[in-house]
Amino acid sequence: MVVRDVNALRKLAIELRLHVVRMMGANKKHHFGGSMSAADIVTALYFYKMRYDPEDPEWPDRDRFIMSKGHCVPAQYAALAMLGVLPLEELPELKTMGSRLQGHPAAHLVPGIEGCTGSLGQGLSFANGMALAARIQHRDYDVYCLIGDGELQEGQIWEAAMTSSKQRLENLTAVIDRNGLKAMDEPSSAKTMDPLADRWRAFGWSVREIDGHEMAEICEALDWAEGNEEAPSMIIAHTIKGKGIPFIEGRAEFHNAALTEEQIEEALAGLEEQLGIWEEGK
Amino acid sequence: MTELTQTRYAYGKALLEVGEIYPEVAVLDADLYNSTRTVLFRDAFPDRFIDIGIAEADMVSTAAGMAASGLIPYANSFAIFLTAHCYDQIRIQIAYPSLHVILAGSSAGLTQGPDGASHQSLEDVTLMRALPHMRVLVPADSIETRAMTIAAARDIDGPVYIRLGRYPVPDVLDGDYSFELGRGTILRQGEEVALVACGHMVNVALGAAELLASRQISAAVINMSTIKPIDKELIEWTMGNIPLIVTIEEHSIIGGLGSAVAEVMAEDGFGGRLIRLGTCDVFGESAMADELLEKHGLTPSAVAKRVGKEFGR
Repeated sequence: MVVRDVNALRKLAIELRLHVVRMMGANKKHHFGGSMSAADIVTALYFYKMRYDPEDPEWPDRDRFIMSKGHCVPAQYAALAMLGVLPLEELPELKTMGSRLQGHPAAHLVPGIEGCTGSLGQGLSFANGMALAARIQHRDYDVYCLIGDGELQEGQIWEAAMTSSKQRLENLTAVIDRNGLKAMDEPSSAKTMDPLADRWRAFGWSVREIDGHEMAEICEALDWAEGNEEAPSMIIAHTIKGKGIPFIEGRAEFHNAALTEEQIEEALAGLEEQLGIWEEGK
Repeated sequence: MTELTQTRYAYGKALLEVGEIYPEVAVLDADLYNSTRTVLFRDAFPDRFIDIGIAEADMVSTAAGMAASGLIPYANSFAIFLTAHCYDQIRIQIAYPSLHVILAGSSAGLTQGPDGASHQSLEDVTLMRALPHMRVLVPADSIETRAMTIAAARDIDGPVYIRLGRYPVPDVLDGDYSFELGRGTILRQGEEVALVACGHMVNVALGAAELLASRQISAAVINMSTIKPIDKELIEWTMGNIPLIVTIEEHSIIGGLGSAVAEVMAEDGFGGRLIRLGTCDVFGESAMADELLEKHGLTPSAVAKRVGKEFGR
């Protein structure tokens, strides 16, 4: 599905957030913060950029998306359900006994999930493998990988970064969801994180920095990445953890937390109000 | 004189055959392609060979991505780095979704030799055996190595671990041997003791059986080359027919072949006796391969002596 209209994409991103909040529900611990910060990027990938046939999620020439920050898979489940790959009514089964919607991505259980992640730091190598497979098999699909900024503290990310550039994987685009918070606090409290863009350039990548909640910028950056044939493309998306639910925005304690019934209602009401604003503006 | 071959050499050659037959086979190595013998594949199929550099975890995850996109990757390194260093990657990205990745752990065991404990893998079978979906194969000679290397692409769908070595061993199997996953082979009939071995130790078991025969002890030899799934039927048959079972492995007795056999015996209520030979909860050290095998009692004469003691002969 390709949606060109930026306002329509913005609306879809709010709908995606609504699905995430509804599927998580009240009084259960969930990774709200990172799923919300990634919502606009995930929306742009599935509804704007990727060549993807929801009728045939195994299509060999499909573009592929790896959620390397696997705890944010609710955002991906929501997108897949909105596309019809999963039934929307299945979403609230998230993380319950017997559900295929595991807390972290299980590729063998859920159509549309490309690889198993959850142990941080491994997704970019996996994405490299998919991009290399395209070259070896003479297919022209693109591979997208979403990485958390805290996840960059895992050494394997940098092993993979060197492989991507050495192998000239111009069919690979990575996006960093730079929401500035890991599970406890900001990543820079444990390791030096800057200069981030320069580091990726030094590792042989083409780099762009964007506002990860500004849909037009996201789409433009994804277009740039697709056209970039020099090197693997890195989009550093500056985001806000919890974006779209004002009372959790920018707060590490909602990395993996339970919201009360009232908080869920408040979050849903807020998102529905935003949806209304976009609908009026149309 | 009998020709001796290291299983890693047989693997390198077999990989070439596999590459010829299956265009979807790709090979990854982590800067050890001379040692692992994937250099032959690299030279023959450069477009399907990736030297990932000194980054084993990156290699294993990359192999997973390739397998998820229609390739059959063989990922190579020394056994200890491949299994212990990359356990998390293998567990989540390969075993969990049951991806068809072949992990070839080279220079396994004490016979890695002079590099010492850091390089001598004595725990790899234990680690791989604990993972759901994983198949664990330990070939005895060049014939079985070739058979397993081909079968891993052709007959098995899902993750496979093949344990390879750099110790020269003679061929103990017939040229017409055909490998079947989960099936052990009786190489020598015997009535009083069954020597159940894998890998390099199969030849040691055959030598020990000869020595035992000269002491009037009748020893059977079984090549238990699939550690997982273990050949339960053959162990049960052995339990029913032979009073003493001795497992021999160039690996820790914790979690490897000895443990796999012990589990079957214990759960079947077997009243007989089991002796597990291998390394006994210790690390290796720098020395020549033969010196290390001697030290750990893994030579034909040491095994014969240990087994003979049970019979007072």
